[in-house]
Amino acid sequence: MGTTASQLGKDVLSEYQELTFLTKQEILLAHKRFAELLTKDEKDLPNIRVPVQRILTLPELKSNPFRRRICYVFSTSEHKDGSLTFEDFLDLLSAFSDSATLEIKSHYAFRIFDFDDDGTLDGGDLEQLVNCLTGETDDTRLTPEEMRQLISNILEESDIDKDGTVNLSEFQHVISRSPDFVSSFKIVL
Amino acid sequence: MPPKRKNEAAIKVEDVGMEVDVVSDSGSEDEARRRAKNRRAKPQRKSKPVSDHEEDEEDEEDEAPKKRVRKKKAKPRDSDEEDEEDNQSVKRKSSKASRKKIKEESDEEREEDREKRKKRGTVASKKEKEEHNKEKKGNVKGKQGKNMGGEKDKKKKNGKLSSSSSSSDSGDESLSEGEIAALKEQVEEKKKLITTLRNKPWRMKRRLVLLKEAQDFVEEFEGALGKGKGRKLYAFKVMMAKKLIKFKRDFDNFKTACIPWERKIKDVESHFGSSVASYFIFLRWMYGLNLVLFGFMFGLVVLPELLMGLPYGSIPRKTVPREEQDTAMDFSVLNDFEGFCKYSFLFYGYYNNERTIGVLKFRLPLSYLLVGVGIFGYSLMVVIRTMARNSNEGGDGAEEGEFTFSWKMFTSWDYLIGNPETADNKYASITTSFKESIVDEQENQKNENIHLRRFLRVLANLLITCTLGGSGYLIYFVVKRSQDFAKMEQDKLSWLEKNEVEFVMSLLGLVCPPLFETIAELEDYHPRIALKWQLGRIFALFLGNLYTFLFALFDEVNEKLETEKSIRNATEWALDQYYANYSSHFNTTDVPPPNVSPADVIRGPCWENAVGIGFVKLVVSDIQVSYLTILVGDFLRAVIVRFLNYCWCWDLEAGFPSYGEFDISGNVLGLVFNQGMIWMGAFYAPGLVGLNILRLLSSMYYQAWAVMCCNVPHARVFKASRSNNFYMGLLLLVLFLSVLPVVYTIMTLSPSFDCGPFSGQEKMYDVVMETIEQDLPSFLGNIFTYATNPGLILPAVLLMLLALYYLNAVSKGYQQANLDLKRKMKMARDEEKNRRNNKDSTNQVMKDLEDLLPNKSLIPPPIQEEPPPTDVVTGKGSKSPKVKPGAAAKGVNLQKDVSLAAQNPRAPVTHAPGPRRGHPGNARGPHPGPGRGRGRGGPPRRHES
Repeated sequence: MGTTASQLGKDVLSEYQELTFLTKQEILLAHKRFAELLTKDEKDLPNIRVPVQRILTLPELKSNPFRRRICYVFSTSEHKDGSLTFEDFLDLLSAFSDSATLEIKSHYAFRIFDFDDDGTLDGGDLEQLVNCLTGETDDTRLTPEEMRQLISNILEESDIDKDGTVNLSEFQHVISRSPDFVSSFKIVL
Repeated sequence: MPPKRKNEAAIKVEDVGMEVDVVSDSGSEDEARRRAKNRRAKPQRKSKPVSDHEEDEEDEEDEAPKKRVRKKKAKPRDSDEEDEEDNQSVKRKSSKASRKKIKEESDEEREEDREKRKKRGTVASKKEKEEHNKEKKGNVKGKQGKNMGGEKDKKKKNGKLSSSSSSSDSGDESLSEGEIAALKEQVEEKKKLITTLRNKPWRMKRRLVLLKEAQDFVEEFEGALGKGKGRKLYAFKVMMAKKLIKFKRDFDNFKTACIPWERKIKDVESHFGSSVASYFIFLRWMYGLNLVLFGFMFGLVVLPELLMGLPYGSIPRKTVPREEQDTAMDFSVLNDFEGFCKYSFLFYGYYNNERTIGVLKFRLPLSYLLVGVGIFGYSLMVVIRTMARNSNEGGDGAEEGEFTFSWKMFTSWDYLIGNPETADNKYASITTSFKESIVDEQENQKNENIHLRRFLRVLANLLITCTLGGSGYLIYFVVKRSQDFAKMEQDKLSWLEKNEVEFVMSLLGLVCPPLFETIAELEDYHPRIALKWQLGRIFALFLGNLYTFLFALFDEVNEKLETEKSIRNATEWALDQYYANYSSHFNTTDVPPPNVSPADVIRGPCWENAVGIGFVKLVVSDIQVSYLTILVGDFLRAVIVRFLNYCWCWDLEAGFPSYGEFDISGNVLGLVFNQGMIWMGAFYAPGLVGLNILRLLSSMYYQAWAVMCCNVPHARVFKASRSNNFYMGLLLLVLFLSVLPVVYTIMTLSPSFDCGPFSGQEKMYDVVMETIEQDLPSFLGNIFTYATNPGLILPAVLLMLLALYYLNAVSKGYQQANLDLKRKMKMARDEEKNRRNNKDSTNQVMKDLEDLLPNKSLIPPPIQEEPPPTDVVTGKGSKSPKVKPGAAAKGVNLQKDVSLAAQNPRAPVTHAPGPRRGHPGNARGPHPGPGRGRGRGGPPRRHES
C-alpha cells in the first residue's frame, strides 16, 4: 500500500474503466509504468506532464517509427511538445488496446499518419509515411522515382473523390477492409 | 399570439445554427433560455398558492415530471410558489450545466479541425444529439401542433413548462405523457452515451466531464420515471441494472486476470512481432480447449470409475495377468505402456460394464460413450465459433488487389514490435514488399527460360510425391512388421524393434519437411507461395502417415478380433465343461461360479487397449522428438554458434549455421496433428487427454524459453491475422478426419467381450438403445424409433440440402449486389473524374438536363413557371457549367429536391391545426413550412441570404 495503488482512487479507477478499453489491471499497470517515468519530486504533483524524451524510453515505443507522432497525437499539451499526462497516456493505451474498436483505431491511425496536422493525407504525408516505414538507413530507402510511383498508386486506389489527398473517411474505408489492421495496431504494456 | 411568432423565429435561428456554426447555435440557446424565463414567470403569476401542503411535502423529493403529472391531473390546485421555485432552481442548474457543457464542447471542437467535426456528423457531439432528441420529441408530439416548435429549441424542462403554461388546455394530458416519454428517452440516451463514451475519439478530459454530466443527469432523473406503483419496480430495475453492470465489469476484470501467460506472450510479441506470438496464442487456446476436454473425460468417466467402481484387482480386467506380474512394474515395460499401465484407468479396458455404479446409480457405460462423442461435438462447436469470430473481426474481405498498395502502406507496421533488431528486419521486409509491388515480378521472370522452370517444377513435384509415397509405404511396412514382432517372444526383441513404428514416424516427421524445403528450392517460387506449398506438403505427409498408421492398425484389430473369437469360444466351452462337471459331480443345479483368481482368468486380446496404447505411444514419442529437436536444433546450435565463434575461421553468427529461426508453420502443424491424435485416441485411452494437458503446459514454458533464448527474428516478418483462421481451418480438417475412424469403430466393430465398458454388447451404441428402452418412458422410445427411421432421416437430409442450396443462392445474390454497388461506385468515380478533366458532363442525359434546367435560380419555381426559364437558360446553360461544373450537377439535384419540397407545404397546410390557419401568411411565406421538411428547407434560405 501507500505507493502507486493508493494514488488511483477507486472512483477514478472505475471512471477510467468506463472511459477506456482497458481493464482494471491494465490501468493499474499503466499507472505503475507511468509512475516509473517520473522523478522523485514529480511524483507528488497532480497532473504532471512527462516530456516526450522520457516517454520514448518505454521499450514498447522505442523501436516504433511513429513514436514521436504517437506522442504528439495523444498529447494535450498546449505547447505541442508531445508531453503526456497520465490521462493522455491512458488514452494512448486505450486506443492501442486489444478491445478498441476499428473506428477508434483508424481515427487515431489517421491522425498519426497526418504528419502536418491538416486533416488530410496529402502527398507530403504519404512520403513521410513511406520513409518511416522503410527505416532510416539509405539502402532501404526508395528512390524518388519509386516513391512517386508508389504514392500515385496509393492515391489511385484510395482517393475516391480524386482531390489528390486521402481524407478520414476514405482512409477508414480502406482500413476497414484490411484483414490485419486491428491485430497489428496494438501496443500492450 | 406573440410567443408563437417568437418560436418561429427561434426555429429559424436554430436551423441555421445547426448548419452554420456552433456559436450561433449557442446564441439561440441563450435566447431560448431568456424566453423560457419569461414564460416561467407567467405560471407563477397565474398560479395561486393553493394549500395541499401535506401532499407537497410528500412530493418534495419527487422530480419535475412527476410533479407535472400531478399538476395536470389537478389543474385548479396548481403548483405553489415554493414548489415552483424549487423546480426552477433545479432546472436552472441543469440548464447552466448543459450550457457549460456546450461551451466546453465548442472549445474542444475548435481545437480539432472543423472538417473532422463535420465528418463525425451525427455521432459526434452531444449538442447535436440533444438536438436530435428534440427533433424526435417534436415528431412525437407533432399532433399537438403549434407549441411543439417552440419546445424544440429549449432546454428540456423549460420547454415543458412553457408549453404547458401557454398552451390551451386541450393537449395537456397527453403532453405530460409525452414529456415523460421524452425524459425517459433522454435518460436512455444518456445511458447509452455513458456506455459508448469510450468509443469516441476525444480527449480524456472531455470524456470525463461528459461522463460526469451524464451520470449526474441519470442519477437525478432516473428516479422520476415511472408512475405510482411502477416506480418502485422501476427503481428496483434501475438498481439491478447498475449492479449488473458493476458485476459484469468485475467479472471481466476477473476473466482477464485468469488468462495465463499474458506476460510471456507479450515478451515474445515485442521481440518477434505478432506472427511468432500467434503460435503461442494458438497454443494457449489449445490448452484451454484441452482443459475442457479433460474436465469432461476426467469428471464424467475416470473419476466416477475410480471412486465408485470396483477397486483394482477385483475383476480380471482390472488385474495384471499372472504371467506379466513379475515385470509389471519394470520401467522398460511401463515405458511401453504395458504391464501395470495397461490395466490402469488410463485405458479403455479398465472400465467395467456394470450398468450403474455406486450409490448414485451412475450409468458409466452410457457416460463413456456420450463423453467420447461429446468431445468431438464440443471441439467442433468451439472451433467453428472461433473461426466465425475471427472472420467477423477482420475486414470482410475486399477483393484481393483492390487496396494492395494502401494496405501495404497503412497497415503493414506491426506496432507490437519492441525490439530494434526485429524492427530492422521489418523495415527491410516492408521495403522489399514496396519494391516488389511497384515492379511487377512476373514481368521480370518472363525473360528467363520458362521451359526449364516448368520442367524443374514438375520434377520437384514428382520427387515430393515419391517421398510421400515412400514414407507411406515405410510406415505400412513397419506396422506390419511390428505385428509379426508382437507374436514373437517379447524378451528377444530389442528396444528398437519394439518401438519401430513410433520411431520411424517421428523420424519421417523430422526429416521430410527439410527435405521438402530443399526440393522446393528447385521450383523458385515467391516465398509466400512457397510457404503455402510447403505447408500443404507437410500437411499431406502428416495426414498420409497418420492414415497409413490407422489402416495398419485396423488390420491388427481385425486379426485380434479373430483371435478373440476363438478365445471366447474356448472360455465358453471351458465354462460349460465346468458347469457340466460340477452339476454332475455334486448333483445340483445351483452351481457357484468357478473359483479362479482374477489374475489367472483367460482373457481376450482386447483390441481397444491395443489401439489406445498405439496412440499413446505415438503421442509420447512425438513429444520426445519435438523436445529433443528444440534442445539440439535450437539450443545446442545456438550455444555452438555463440561460443565457437571466438575461434572459428568464418563468422558463424552471420555465416552458415547462424541461429535458428522459429518455424511457425511447422510448429503449428505439429500442434494440430498432435491434437488430431488426441481426438482419435481419447476414446480408447481416456488418460491421453490428461497427458496432452501436461504436454501443452510444459511446451508452453519450454518453447517460450527456447524461442527467447536461442532464436532470432525472422528475416521476412509475416503477419499473423489472416493465418489465424488458416490454423483453425487446418484444425477443423484434422478434427473431421479424426472423427471418421473413431465413429467407424463405434458403429461397426463389436467390442471385446471381456474388457471395457461395452463388453457383452453387440455394438457399442447398444448402450444408448438399452437406456432408451429401459430407463426412458416408452413414448420417448417410440419417438426415437420413429426419428431413426430412414423415411424420416432421408427427408431431413433433403431438407438440409435444400437449405444449403438456398443459402448458397442467397449468398450469390449478395455477392452480385455487392459487385453491382462496386460498379456503381466506380462509375460515379469515373464520372467525377471526367467532369474534373473535361469540365463537361459525359452523360448525355445529364447534359440535356443541364441545358433544360435553370441551374442558377435555386428558388423553387412554381410548376407553371417551368417553361419560361428554359427560354432564358438556353443562353446561360452553356456558360454556367464552365464556371462551376460541380455546381451545375448539384444545381440539378437541388432543383429536384426543391421541387419536391415545394409540393410539400401544400399537403400539410390543409391539415394544419387551428392557430396556423389564423396566420395564413406564415404558411405561404418565403419559407415553405419551416417546421417540417427541415432538410429541404435549406436551399431556398441559402438563396435568400
